[in-house]
Amino acid sequence: MNARGKTIPVLTVISVIVVIWYACVVWMNAPFEYDKAKRAGVEIGFSQLVSNTMSQDRPVLPAAHQIVEEMYNTIVLKNITSRRSLVYHGWITLSATLLGFIIGTFLGVVLAVGIVHNRAMDKSVMPWVIASQTIPILAIAPMIIVVLNAVGLSGLLPKALISTYLSFFPVVVGMVKGLRSPDEAQLDLMRTYSASSAQTFWKLRWPSSMPYLFTSLKIAIAISLVGAIVGELPTGAVAGLGARLLAGSYYGQTIQIWSALFTAAILAAVLVMIVGVAHSYVLKRMGQKPDGTAA
Amino acid sequence: MSQDVVSANDLSLTFETNDGPVHALSGVNLSVGKGEFVSFIGPSGCGKTTFLRVIADLEKPTSGEIRVNGVEPEEARKARAYGYVFQAASLYPWRTIERNVGLPLEIMGYSVAETQQRIARTLELVNLTGFEKKYPWQLSGGMQQRASIARALAFDADLLLMDEPFGALDEIVRDHLNEQLLQLWAKTSKTICFVTHSIPEAVYLSTKIVVMSPRPGRVSDVIKSTLPKQRPLEIRESAEFLKIAHRVREGLRAGHSYDE
Repeated sequence: MNARGKTIPVLTVISVIVVIWYACVVWMNAPFEYDKAKRAGVEIGFSQLVSNTMSQDRPVLPAAHQIVEEMYNTIVLKNITSRRSLVYHGWITLSATLLGFIIGTFLGVVLAVGIVHNRAMDKSVMPWVIASQTIPILAIAPMIIVVLNAVGLSGLLPKALISTYLSFFPVVVGMVKGLRSPDEAQLDLMRTYSASSAQTFWKLRWPSSMPYLFTSLKIAIAISLVGAIVGELPTGAVAGLGARLLAGSYYGQTIQIWSALFTAAILAAVLVMIVGVAHSYVLKRMGQKPDGTAA
Repeated sequence: MSQDVVSANDLSLTFETNDGPVHALSGVNLSVGKGEFVSFIGPSGCGKTTFLRVIADLEKPTSGEIRVNGVEPEEARKARAYGYVFQAASLYPWRTIERNVGLPLEIMGYSVAETQQRIARTLELVNLTGFEKKYPWQLSGGMQQRASIARALAFDADLLLMDEPFGALDEIVRDHLNEQLLQLWAKTSKTICFVTHSIPEAVYLSTKIVVMSPRPGRVSDVIKSTLPKQRPLEIRESAEFLKIAHRVREGLRAGHSYDE
């Protein structure tokens, strides 16, 4: 489908969301305005009410334009070295995300290769990999921070390791499936050539696993960001998007919370898009059918 | 009998399954001489593919003896004694046709120049010159299967094992490929073992037809073809051809292949 064909449906959906949002803004922020008017002993008209609900300092639900304004102020207008700049906080989170993503991808691939080639690892490692994900990250994140701090590690690496903890999982699962995706005939073919297992790996298993790898990487990069944000919470809100979220909630700064949330969402979308572009590029280099659907 | 490329002596293979043992091959005695074109025909479950896989050392026999070029199949496989053509072309989709054909050469450590030369030669042999840079999906099913034959020929093994290579193709393409395969066989003087479901295909191609029957998988008849080496497609309407086809059909019936 071409871009033109998508524009109208996408715009329709967005405008519906915006309408619902503003309706909710009026509805949820109205009690505060009624209270205020009652205490002042005045009657408040509907149009006054609507305009008031959209310009509160600490609304229950901020209006979209308030968030956009706050984001513009903190992203564009503030110096990026300022502690009030979202670019500064975003970069702190992004660096932990990327480091965690790289370590997680590496760890995931290594584990998957081991699982596919070694029966003992297949039986012993996979249950632990799955069990690791049943522990809530919010519970384990402070432990990681505290334990690593005790051995003298603080700052970027502990946060990155929380990202790693989340992001290695989809990579292991995807790569195990990917490395096992060659069919019997393709493997038998290698056997008829008396290919070594290294040759079978590099010439068959590895290329076969590429679509699976990139699908996993899209999930991994997004949850790496989640991991980095979660990792910023127990450190006492020093810096990063997670810190902005936490500080915002301490002081009831809902607009600050929402703008940090939106920044995180946009960051995630951009990261996933970058992985998506790399995905299409690699599969194109591998001669995939142009209109073929990516796995 | 040092001339035999394949010789099986009382060969049996039993698969242990959850539903009890399956006798895929039972007491098979057979020899394939150098330069022969041997077809294996029979209904599903008669062990024809299994026999081919035993020759290729993709399955191990349970009992009996088998020699490929006078040695154990494993040794023959390690010496790269045969090329195997699977039912599906099994080309690697991320490789161009030339790189698919070059795959065994890469694995076997041929030099770049030698690889290039062999790719060009084998692609010419299967009439695919000009398609070097294409990816498999850009080729028709018949062309893909020809590329997979080129791949099996690339490293010049004297024995070609073909497991229903044209089974998935339509009859028009199949006729054409059968004709080309005969020409190729005449040009290269290889020994070919060919598994098929089709009586006309078996009779048209072979110097020897091995009729097999199921439960347990065994050889029920071996028919030497009396057709000349030069075989135009029209030969399939000759009385001689029909006589051999009839005998194959009789062999299948005697092996209870038509029973339900």
